[in-house]
Amino acid sequence: MTIPKLALKNLLGAGLRTWLNVFVLSLSFVLIVFSQGLLEGMNTQAEEAMVASEIGGGHYQHPGYDAYDPLSLIDAHGPVPEALAVLAASGKAAPVLVIQGTIYPQGRLVPVLIKGIDPTQAILNIPTSLLGATPAGGEIPLLLGERMAKLSGLKTGDGVTLQWRDSRGTFDARDAVVVRVMKTSVQTIDQGQVWVPLNRLRELTVMPGEATFAVLAQGAARPADGADGGWVFRDRDYFLADLQAMVESKSVGSSILFAIFLALAMLAIFDTQVLSIFHRRREMGTLMALGFTRGKVIGLFTLEGMLNGVLAVLVAALYGVPLLSWMARNGWALPGDTDSFGFAIGERLFPAYGFKLVAGTTLLVLMATTVVSFLPTRRIARLKPTDALRGRLT
Amino acid sequence: MTHTACGALIETRDLKKIYPMGLHKIEALAGITLSFAEGEFAGLVGPSGSGKTTLLNILGSLDAPTEGSAVVMGQRIEALSHKEAARLRNRHIGFIFQTFNLLPVYTVYENVEFALLLLGDPPAVRRRKVMAALEWVHLADRAKSKPAQLSGGQSQRVAIARAVVKEPNIVLADEPTANLDAENSHNILQTMERLNRDLGTTFLFATHDPKVMQYLRRKITLVDGRVETDEVQGGRP
Repeated sequence: MTIPKLALKNLLGAGLRTWLNVFVLSLSFVLIVFSQGLLEGMNTQAEEAMVASEIGGGHYQHPGYDAYDPLSLIDAHGPVPEALAVLAASGKAAPVLVIQGTIYPQGRLVPVLIKGIDPTQAILNIPTSLLGATPAGGEIPLLLGERMAKLSGLKTGDGVTLQWRDSRGTFDARDAVVVRVMKTSVQTIDQGQVWVPLNRLRELTVMPGEATFAVLAQGAARPADGADGGWVFRDRDYFLADLQAMVESKSVGSSILFAIFLALAMLAIFDTQVLSIFHRRREMGTLMALGFTRGKVIGLFTLEGMLNGVLAVLVAALYGVPLLSWMARNGWALPGDTDSFGFAIGERLFPAYGFKLVAGTTLLVLMATTVVSFLPTRRIARLKPTDALRGRLT
Repeated sequence: MTHTACGALIETRDLKKIYPMGLHKIEALAGITLSFAEGEFAGLVGPSGSGKTTLLNILGSLDAPTEGSAVVMGQRIEALSHKEAARLRNRHIGFIFQTFNLLPVYTVYENVEFALLLLGDPPAVRRRKVMAALEWVHLADRAKSKPAQLSGGQSQRVAIARAVVKEPNIVLADEPTANLDAENSHNILQTMERLNRDLGTTFLFATHDPKVMQYLRRKITLVDGRVETDEVQGGRP
């Protein structure tokens, strides 16, 4: 117990110097956890929003459907396979028919994807129930997102001409009315698309009982092999791959920030250690005269430096836990158009501090502190007790 | 207690210490042959640079000789590893320095206790020994003080208590009175003399302070790394 006790006493005995180091290190620790938590929160929030509004439990897609190739849409539809139709009837799947079309807001031509969805579905977090009632004039009810509304200049209650091409290749058009401009953080159900009632779209395009894909409810059992009519199942990971790639690319930037915070704190510890070893040579000599080996002296000084990390973690917990918990509860209001982040994160970002993040960061800070505390002590290994007692470094 | 073949506690034979200084070599000790018996109260005297501290450091296993041999408590200093030397210092040798060298963050009690912690004594034994040592140096009432709150004389008495608390066979004191006034110097020396008498501890000084010399029972004068005289005297008049 001699070394830990002496190390702690020396550290606390150094007074303000120690607390300044501890504060700087704790600040870095909190900032690292905060920035990583922000990224983690972004990721979690985006994933949850995408799953709730777009992915569900995964999609069964028509074999001809390629979300990245609009030209494939002409042929990417077909009768919903029996097994999926059964699931849809029991509310465990939501078929969606996607066709290309055009809207003409204020005479402008805006190409859109027209997506037909069952107004009674409860799988996706989209206010499709508003599509259930036909407007008084018999127009097609239209649901669109804020981004699409901004692009087209449409708002709730506005009328617009909707044009499409049916299964026989005939162009047709009808008046439509915007029943709601919905607020969503998920760009992929908003940008460049309008939502209409599924049956109405099937009727207008002469595609009875057809769909482009079907969204499976979360937790719903998938149809047995061979019962999917050749439709291709795309799971969550498939849809989240882009998001994960984006998170990874953002985490590189975050890691640089992480490294800068850590390096600053470590520089302070390293500096203190070097100065401490320089100023306390006589003390080292005394310890050796009292029977300490060089190894013990190295252990003492390394432990002193390492304890900076331990104290920093405790101090960080003191003000960091309330601060970060408050942030996690109340979120961080994002200014203006958050689409520039490339994430579906909404108006407030809620950082997420998982056990892995906190424990990992704590471990990293402690390990880094130990290493930078140890490095300057290597000089002690060459130190002669007689030189140390005279206040000289060998 | 381990003694040399001739019964001495410390024995040196043709001891040399040479320091390289650039292209030159400085001979700090030029063949010292001495022996000290248990319970001696002896001093190495001589001008600065005569080799007093160098000899004391070698006998304290803080340094190794370049040539010759030094046997302390039956152990050959030149053959000891760092760990063995540390163990010898820990168990058998107490040091008293000119600048006191107390650990600033520890209290008086903790400074004295430190030597016993390294020996692994149980807490109750430590407490008894530390309080006894502080009583010897009349500082029991300052047990909770920090070194910064003590005068020079008090600090040196704490250093003495730290050196003797583990009841070492040998106490090596390097200019113990150099930073003290006359009254404190005499107090310190009387304390050490009493400890030597009561505990039988061998005290070996390096000094050029005439006050210290008055108390010595054996005075070895070093000049240029050689023993010039080795006289037994009556000690304090």
